[in-house]
Amino acid sequence: MSRYALYLGCTVPVRGLNYELSARKVLDRLGIQVADLDGFACCGFPAKPLDWKAGLLMAARNLALAEAAGCDLLTLCSACTGTLTEAAHRLKEDARLRAWVNEELARQGKKYSGKVRVRHFARMLYEETGVERLKELVTRELTDLAVAPHYGCHYLKPSHLYDGFDDPENPHSLERLIEATGARVKHYEDEGQCCGGGILGFDEDTALLMTKQKLDHVVAAEVDAMVLICPFCAIMYEANQRRVEGLYNTAYKLPVLYYSQLLGLAMGMSLEEVGFKLNRVKSRKLAQLFRE
Amino acid sequence: MPEDDIIDVSDFDPNFRDEIAAEPGGEYIRRCFSCGTCSASCPVGGVTDKYNPRRIIHMALLGMRQEVLSSGFVWLCSVCYTCYERCPQDVRIPELMNAIRNIAVREGRIPQTFKTQVGQLRAHGRLYEVGDYENERRQEYDLPPIREESAQVRQILDDMDVEEEAE
Ligand code: SF4
Ligand code: SF4
Repeated sequence: MSRYALYLGCTVPVRGLNYELSARKVLDRLGIQVADLDGFACCGFPAKPLDWKAGLLMAARNLALAEAAGCDLLTLCSACTGTLTEAAHRLKEDARLRAWVNEELARQGKKYSGKVRVRHFARMLYEETGVERLKELVTRELTDLAVAPHYGCHYLKPSHLYDGFDDPENPHSLERLIEATGARVKHYEDEGQCCGGGILGFDEDTALLMTKQKLDHVVAAEVDAMVLICPFCAIMYEANQRRVEGLYNTAYKLPVLYYSQLLGLAMGMSLEEVGFKLNRVKSRKLAQLFRE
Repeated sequence: MPEDDIIDVSDFDPNFRDEIAAEPGGEYIRRCFSCGTCSASCPVGGVTDKYNPRRIIHMALLGMRQEVLSSGFVWLCSVCYTCYERCPQDVRIPELMNAIRNIAVREGRIPQTFKTQVGQLRAHGRLYEVGDYENERRQEYDLPPIREESAQVRQILDDMDVEEEAE
């Protein structure tokens, strides 16, 4: 039995196929089997601000599915990670809340006893696989690449949910993971800034202004790509990059890579194998470096 | 100053802070001593003066219920948790904003974007549809098909009366 079930959430399996397929290939190389369970739905993140009970129940039914299969959850999206981790903590610690959730879940033929652990893909690589093991599997050191890490918010915060595995103010896990590929990490102004995705639907102008600030800072650091680990951050910085360029009459042309794509390249995979066809911002340098 | 803009404190609702404190996520509102760390850290406040978390909390503590619920203020929090980590009083601001949002939603004040999302969740169990087209595309990239699970999600949303507000 696989220890982890891969929880894709809503965004990755439709708008982040490059993330999903590169992550799956990397997991395969690492010999980590993941299960694809039937029946997962939204993690509950969009429901929580409207009705916390609905949000919690949506999270709980996904946790219940994993528990019934004897699996922990491996997540790719940081918002899913936050929502599911919070629910797992609350349901483990609060017996009364768990009892109420189970009354509701019983109507769907499910129950949850509090056993499931939730791990973000990057955290799992960092803590469980380890940087040393990743280095062993690197066949092509990406020393010609300089990249800017973007941690995003929910991967790190609120930090009490994440057992202090990284420092929310001065994080280092993604930097260590990038270094394992041989690529150089470049820091930039206001690195911890949020992508603005949380308010994109409510106030687009403000959200895109947040996106613009970060793009300005990253481009000023003169990098070959930005590296991130959340599909929503990718929507803001990659899918919306053109719009920000149009709104502010500027040109970034900043390639945005998922960490799993960077790692796949370092493991010897081609641009095609890591799904680069689906990355919207192309880069001559990347195309030249990884020409087959 | 025109009369209309002047606030009359007798219109305030002195119970609003208790109402918020009774709402999960809002428990710690009374701890705020208005230091401003949240506003100084806030990436939304950094790009627009439309949003200022310390001010919203202050208004809520004063009992400005109508103003807080009817303005768009609480929906402008990007829930990034920057202030959550830094608040010296552990007020847990984004959870507090969610608590106030829950109260607003119960009074039928739900922004259009969230209504649309609830519609998607009810129809597909997820924010983006995964139908034949999406599964064919997934297959092109050797990714396994996904079966939508909408009935159970719809049941949860029905039970919680999120539906009504979404119509
Ligand atoms: S940081 Fe905390 S105590 Fe200071 S104003 Fe904000 S909520 Fe209040
Ligand atoms: S959680 Fe909300 S209020 Fe706090 S810093 Fe982030 S956007 Fe601002």
